[in-house]
Amino acid sequence: MEDDVILKVRDLYRTYDISGGLLRKASQLTAVKGVSFDVERGSTLAVVGESGCGKSTLARMLTMIDAQSSGEIEIDGLSIDISKTGISREMRQKVQIVFQNPYGSLNPRQKIGHVLEEPLLLNTDMPSAERRDLALEMLQKVGLQPEHYGRYPHMFSGGQRQRIAIARAIMMQPKLLVLDEPVSALDLSVQAQILNLLADLQEEMGLTYVFISHDLSVVRYIADKVMVMYFGEVVEYGTQDEVFDNPQHDYTKTLFAATPKADVESIRKRLAAKAA
Amino acid sequence: MPLLEIRSLRVAFDTAKGPFKALDGVDYTVDAGEVLAIVGESGSGKSVAMLATMGLLPDSATITADKMDFEGIDLRTLSAKERRKVIGKDISMIFQEPIASLNPCFTVGFQLGETLKVHTDLKGRQIRDRSIELLTDVGIPDPAGRIDAFPHQMSGGQCQRVMIAMAIACAPKLLIADEPTTALDVTIQKQILDLLVQLQQDSGMGLIMITHDMGVVAETADRVIVQYKGRKMEEADVLSLFENPQSPYTRALLSALPENATGDRLPTVSDFAEAGGF
Repeated sequence: MEDDVILKVRDLYRTYDISGGLLRKASQLTAVKGVSFDVERGSTLAVVGESGCGKSTLARMLTMIDAQSSGEIEIDGLSIDISKTGISREMRQKVQIVFQNPYGSLNPRQKIGHVLEEPLLLNTDMPSAERRDLALEMLQKVGLQPEHYGRYPHMFSGGQRQRIAIARAIMMQPKLLVLDEPVSALDLSVQAQILNLLADLQEEMGLTYVFISHDLSVVRYIADKVMVMYFGEVVEYGTQDEVFDNPQHDYTKTLFAATPKADVESIRKRLAAKAA
Repeated sequence: MPLLEIRSLRVAFDTAKGPFKALDGVDYTVDAGEVLAIVGESGSGKSVAMLATMGLLPDSATITADKMDFEGIDLRTLSAKERRKVIGKDISMIFQEPIASLNPCFTVGFQLGETLKVHTDLKGRQIRDRSIELLTDVGIPDPAGRIDAFPHQMSGGQCQRVMIAMAIACAPKLLIADEPTTALDVTIQKQILDLLVQLQQDSGMGLIMITHDMGVVAETADRVIVQYKGRKMEEADVLSLFENPQSPYTRALLSALPENATGDRLPTVSDFAEAGGF
């Protein structure tokens, strides 16, 4: 089943230099420390952890925004090390990213049609009529209307903007989509719509997701495999059932214990403890 | 007599397209020693209601209510000066973004001391001692050292603890917490919620939790008000709300929780809106 692995990461490190000042010596911060994992084609890997655990740094390396300090990344058989080889169009077509804040990730002065066409403009030689057709098709695919093509980002709600960001990410027909907290800024009901959309797209296009989140209930719903990070290291890695039913590391246990429980039994228990 | 009693609160904002009704006749009551959760999505008017109570809305807002009593004092007729004696002392509020709520130019000790200076008779050294005491109460490690720290030298969770210390500095009778843990990590959220509930139980104050997170509601509330588009959908004690939700909107919200997912797809609120007619 070796062929089915689309993303292979081995012993990945990322170190940042912290520049010194008058009173402070220059030092180094290692944000990601020796991370290794595999993701199978068409599956979802959830990366869980608190702020500062290195999960977004990992996302930046997977999407070629940032170069790794050492280690190997292989996406769909293509070895990625942008500090040595730079980025080719072929590499860009493999992987795309969706960020947490749809307000911040769209240019307010760019029409939606243009937003969607830009990846094609930059990375392919497609004529403009074809780009337009593809953009219109993509709008429908993510649940928007053709008349939204000429509108600006401020005319949309948060959930619609996240749909636009997703549409932009899949314009290039990527193999791998990195989702960095894609539903954290959204209301519960909108969150449900976006999670449904992601599930539909995965099935339709055979997409592979790396889903970064701090919300364990979302992770439990969407993930096939779960990786828990803590201070740059992977402390737990396994299938969703393994991790949720039998967490090994203390940090994972703390995380589960801290997650609010919204079931009737837990409420009853809390009220009983309070009355006592 | 309830601690806070509001009848038929309406808030409208002037916009270029005419008045926009943010709240349309909602009642709120909180008793001393009670935790009330107001839950809703963005645009439901949950924050607006409490900002109106605090007198923190801009001039473009028109606020009307049949009754707005805090301990028998009519908040509607108070002058700005009289209101300031109540607000910050007997009613206090904490907000979502702890780092943005603190002034970056002053130490946390100075900002904490300001509250005490305005509302109590404490002076100089006493203010500092009381501030250290408050920081101890909210669980800041090494409070005597941290009192001279600036907000940027503290983590988000610690800043929220400082905000809570400020809010409880004058032993308020009512504390309003507007999404107090939304910007924080899960493990920190747990600590802050535990702290708020602990303080509430020790002091017997009323606590209003404004949140969009059903998990937070389940972990803290005694009674819950569910709002949608400026109207109250349901009011119930926390157990009945989760066990047997009456309003179709509440049922929709609860079934949109990923942990309650049964099939392949999550039901969304709009699936229910057509059937439930809200």
